[in-house]
Amino acid sequence: MAVEYDGGVVIGADSRTTTGAYIANRVTDKLTRIHDKIYCCRSGSAADTQAIAEIVAYQLGFHSIELDEPPLVETAANLFRASCYRYREELTAGILVAGWDKRKGGQVYSVPIGGMLVRQPVSVGGSGSTYIYGFMDANYKPGMNKEQCMEITAAALSLAMERDGSSGGVVRLASISEEGVERRVILGNQLPKFSTH
Amino acid sequence: MALANVFETPAPGFNFDNAGRNAALNGLFDGGKTPKPMKTGTTIAGVVFKDGVVLGADTRATSGEVVADKMCAKIHYISPNIYCCGAGTAADTEKTTDLLSSNLTIYSLNSGRNPRVVMAVNILQDMLYRYHGQIGANLILGGVDCTGNHLYTVEPYGSVNKVPYLSMGSGDLAALGILEDGFKPDLELEPAKELVRAAIQAGIMNDLGSGNNIDICVITKQGVDYIRPYRESQFKDKRKTKYKYPPGATPILTEKVVPLKLDVVQETVQKMETA
Repeated sequence: MAVEYDGGVVIGADSRTTTGAYIANRVTDKLTRIHDKIYCCRSGSAADTQAIAEIVAYQLGFHSIELDEPPLVETAANLFRASCYRYREELTAGILVAGWDKRKGGQVYSVPIGGMLVRQPVSVGGSGSTYIYGFMDANYKPGMNKEQCMEITAAALSLAMERDGSSGGVVRLASISEEGVERRVILGNQLPKFSTH
Repeated sequence: MALANVFETPAPGFNFDNAGRNAALNGLFDGGKTPKPMKTGTTIAGVVFKDGVVLGADTRATSGEVVADKMCAKIHYISPNIYCCGAGTAADTEKTTDLLSSNLTIYSLNSGRNPRVVMAVNILQDMLYRYHGQIGANLILGGVDCTGNHLYTVEPYGSVNKVPYLSMGSGDLAALGILEDGFKPDLELEPAKELVRAAIQAGIMNDLGSGNNIDICVITKQGVDYIRPYRESQFKDKRKTKYKYPPGATPILTEKVVPLKLDVVQETVQKMETA
């Protein structure tokens, strides 16, 4: 998931990759760097999303060198949308593009399966996202600061990981702002606990 | 004009013409199935330790329920500092690693450097993704380069995972249990070798598709130690007699000679320039 705040974005993901019922990697890093201040959260087929992310990172890097300035988050999001929409029949990729640029500050763009592009202040994705729509609707309020965003992201991901079999492991968080990127890992025993007996 | 029965050098790269033929044959078998490609049940594992990477593999190659090769080599050479264990379709792992090794050798000759592990991984990922899972190669790549000690896994659809320890193959769950229990960051050499040996042993004991001996490959900055076999199977049997028959042991009952009529179809002369 990804959340905008005034001055940047907070992104978070779980760390489980499964092949059927087997967890192929329990410490996956689903927050992939596309550019210095633009990251993407990958969901869907691991192979497809890794391939698309590499292609977009290359295209964006080239574009940034040509312009001789840091690229816009909207540009990165459009590059994702272009690939995901053109090859929509062949791909299974749900991607959240989030980052900071000088023009519009922190932005979150959602490129779900099918290749739509929409900017949202908060976005959740992946198989476990269905379990936290209600939580996000109830608890997200516009105007939260960075720490509050980190807390709500960690809480929402913990809840989703608790209910969804395909999500689990550790919570990886990152905050992107003008100062740069700050990454954090919350291990299994340190996750926020919610009592459901 | 070349005649149809004249042998031509094949075009480079993979050829999927037979996929169409196989699909057509499937319909003709009356409910029966076309033969399946040989998969080797396997246990392979890798561990990153303080000074490098240890890779391990069993040595059994099965063809259905029969052990086709008791001493097959599943740890393939990629470059002097990178080795690769392969699980899945035997032919695919063999050829893919060969291709990778050739390409990296050319790169080494051109640049004068040893290739980096991440470069090998990227080449494999590109190729496997391009073939959309049709190449059944589950590979564990381990190596040491100027940036450190690395262990990667590449799956048939082209997804890559970078982890400090892992196992693949039909015996992977058994081996992974040992690795999860025994792995610590920055192990010394002997404990690391012992951990990998125990992991492969678990695979051999608990999986029918894995067995026979254990191969270990230790890659460090100083060089590579390919120990084949590291441990031999305790269940080896001595052959009772010699099975090689001397020429003339089989009596010839009848003999029929059919001379083959061969015509010279095409003759090309290429002068060699020796100057």
